[in-house]
Amino acid sequence: MASVSFANVSKTYDGKTSVVDNLNLDVKEGEFLSMLGPSGSGKTTCLMMLAGFETATSGEIYLDGRPINRVAPQRRNIGMVFQNYALFPHMTVAENLAFPLQVRNISKADIAQKVNRALEMVELPHLGNRRPAQLSGGQQQRVAVARALVFDPKLVLMDEPLGALDKQLREQMQYEIKRIHERLGVTIVYVTHDQAEALTMSDTIAVFNFGKIQQLAKPAEVYETPSNSFVAQFIGENNMLPGTIVERSGNLCKVMLANGDTIAALAVTDAQAGGATQLSLRPERIVVDPAPDGGDRTLVTGKIVDQIYVGDHSRIQVRVFGGHEFIVKVQNASLRRTFSKGEAITLGWHATDCRALDAAAGHSSGPVQ
Amino acid sequence: MRGSVAASWLQTAGTDASRKNLILRQHRRSRRQAQLRALALVAPLCIFLAVMFAWPLATMLTRAVSNDEFGAVLYRTSASLADWDGKETPPEETYADLAADLKQAGEEQKLGQVTSALNFDWTGARPLIMRTARQLSSEPENGWKEKLIEIAPDWGNPDLWALIKRLSQPYTSRHFLAALDLQQAADGSIHGVDANKAIYVTLFWRTLWVSAAVAGLCLLLGYPVAALLARLPLKTSNLLMMLVLLPFWTSLLVRTTSWIVLLQGNGVVNDLLVWLGIVGEGGRLSLIFNVTGTLIAMTHVLLPFMILPLYSVMKAIPPSYVRAALSLGASPVTAFRRVYLPQTIPGVLAGTLLVFVLAVGYYITPALVGGQSGQLISNVIAYHMQQSLNWGLAAALGSILLVGVLLVYWLFNRLTGGQGLRMG
Repeated sequence: MASVSFANVSKTYDGKTSVVDNLNLDVKEGEFLSMLGPSGSGKTTCLMMLAGFETATSGEIYLDGRPINRVAPQRRNIGMVFQNYALFPHMTVAENLAFPLQVRNISKADIAQKVNRALEMVELPHLGNRRPAQLSGGQQQRVAVARALVFDPKLVLMDEPLGALDKQLREQMQYEIKRIHERLGVTIVYVTHDQAEALTMSDTIAVFNFGKIQQLAKPAEVYETPSNSFVAQFIGENNMLPGTIVERSGNLCKVMLANGDTIAALAVTDAQAGGATQLSLRPERIVVDPAPDGGDRTLVTGKIVDQIYVGDHSRIQVRVFGGHEFIVKVQNASLRRTFSKGEAITLGWHATDCRALDAAAGHSSGPVQ
Repeated sequence: MRGSVAASWLQTAGTDASRKNLILRQHRRSRRQAQLRALALVAPLCIFLAVMFAWPLATMLTRAVSNDEFGAVLYRTSASLADWDGKETPPEETYADLAADLKQAGEEQKLGQVTSALNFDWTGARPLIMRTARQLSSEPENGWKEKLIEIAPDWGNPDLWALIKRLSQPYTSRHFLAALDLQQAADGSIHGVDANKAIYVTLFWRTLWVSAAVAGLCLLLGYPVAALLARLPLKTSNLLMMLVLLPFWTSLLVRTTSWIVLLQGNGVVNDLLVWLGIVGEGGRLSLIFNVTGTLIAMTHVLLPFMILPLYSVMKAIPPSYVRAALSLGASPVTAFRRVYLPQTIPGVLAGTLLVFVLAVGYYITPALVGGQSGQLISNVIAYHMQQSLNWGLAAALGSILLVGVLLVYWLFNRLTGGQGLRMG
């Protein structure tokens, strides 16, 4: 098992724009770290530098405390699962799995044993003699994982390994990779642009944008307490409201909106009174027709624009604060009635659920997913 | 047709089975129409190929074995020789027939066909026939046999008559035998020709090894270039590809002239070697007008045919394969040998076969820069087609070449596991 650390790592191809910008990141032994971000955010470049296929322009990458910038990829002993699996088409599954063992001059008997064990681990013990082209996408994916693990590497890198699978298979494989990670305790660095994947599988998520880590935290923290407006918009759905900070008191602040309303919010941004901010509020944190209770709840009235039925929950679009459209997610089991368009409605939320973030709303380099 | 379908529709309308039947029939008809349409689309090419390729090829192949001209001119002689046992000179009637045939041939100006056929196997056949034909005007006193032998003693030689009998068969193996440096003696036994006349087998072998060497050189030079092209970004690789294709766009004469300038005894390459002190002034290499010249020039011309199939196969190999091999611990050499190279084999085979087959039939380049030792079999075929006018031999040489090429193609197909070859 291995630890990884990036120390002031930068990468530029043209000398002008940095693909990776002064990155510092530590991955602990046995950790499952996901690099999540839109395309072009630098996450794949980080992975390629770690694997040895790209060289950092400046800074140093350490594997188990050893600098590896000058170590050739084949000497790093890092397993890698590629986006399109890169299973060798002219070899059988067993030959693919045996390849990393053969180049390590392991005895034939040991190779056979290790290959069988790896095939059993991914539950494909009977497919050793098939060619990759004869396997389904899901099976190829399992073989790719098995091949990256068969030589007991210290570290396994995965580059969007589930991107080519359909939704159901993708979810199934997420659990399987997680199960293998827990069983072997191997360190995994996983690159994806799919937030659901990152949230499901990771111990830690590093959200990338513009070659920088926007937030490094546990999945629940990234989702519940985004540290800036990019993370808030990139992960999950959020109602965003621009405004100006009027006053800060403790961890709370008062924010004036465009229509003149002032509401309370959790002050996450460093901006002082008079500074611009983006308020972010999760749709599922909003309560419809809240029961009157203590004074820490923000109440607002709005007009129903539409109500969309999505099976387990309903999405209600409400016009509030003059012109803003809020999305409210309500579990259908707890929703007592349906709304008609134009109807007045009262929404409520705890002031701490509304986070006052930095104002840079146009932060993302790619389309926000 | 349509009427009958409509009628059957009216008669059986309403029952399910007949409706199914009708639909089935309509389906068949529409499928037949689609097939006819497809056939009509390929018909022009098929007809073109049949007229311009298949038919001439078949004519050429038959020419290699056909012998009907000789027999047609000497038709009386052929007929009367049919019963001759070949042990002694034929009877008087045969001589008379020959005299009549030669007389008629002389009037119809067909003597040339007789002399040219005889000439290959009978020294002095031409003057013999000409002299005989000139003296046929008057009826002989003691029969034709005596007169003809008097004109030319050769007519008393049973071997000559055996030759005439053999030549008047409708089919002959002599062109093929000659193409393989063999000949049939008067007694019918087959043996090799004199060593100083045996040239074709040597030429076949030279053609084979030169073609194989050119294919090998092209592979050696083309493989790294193709691998580089496949890896470069499209803009750069397009530019380099143009350089690769440059030989295609250069006039043959310009190319040849440049080779002469470069490779001749006082040419650029030799001057450079002398200047560098690698060879002495007296030791200038002869790089052109010999096999070396043929090899260099053909490799240059045929290189694109190697690079293009290689490139197309290599372009389809994602770089992630080699990366995967490296990440699995393979050295770059192992990654190339065990992962990259095996995947390029279809391109290697296609390119090698293409270059080899083209080289086997190459004609102009060896003719221009090959000198004496750099001539290939196609140059001899051209010589027999255009100079000696021995089309039968040319056809036989061509047929052997064709069979050889087909054999190589079959062998390559077996090597690729019957998957066929990927060309470009």
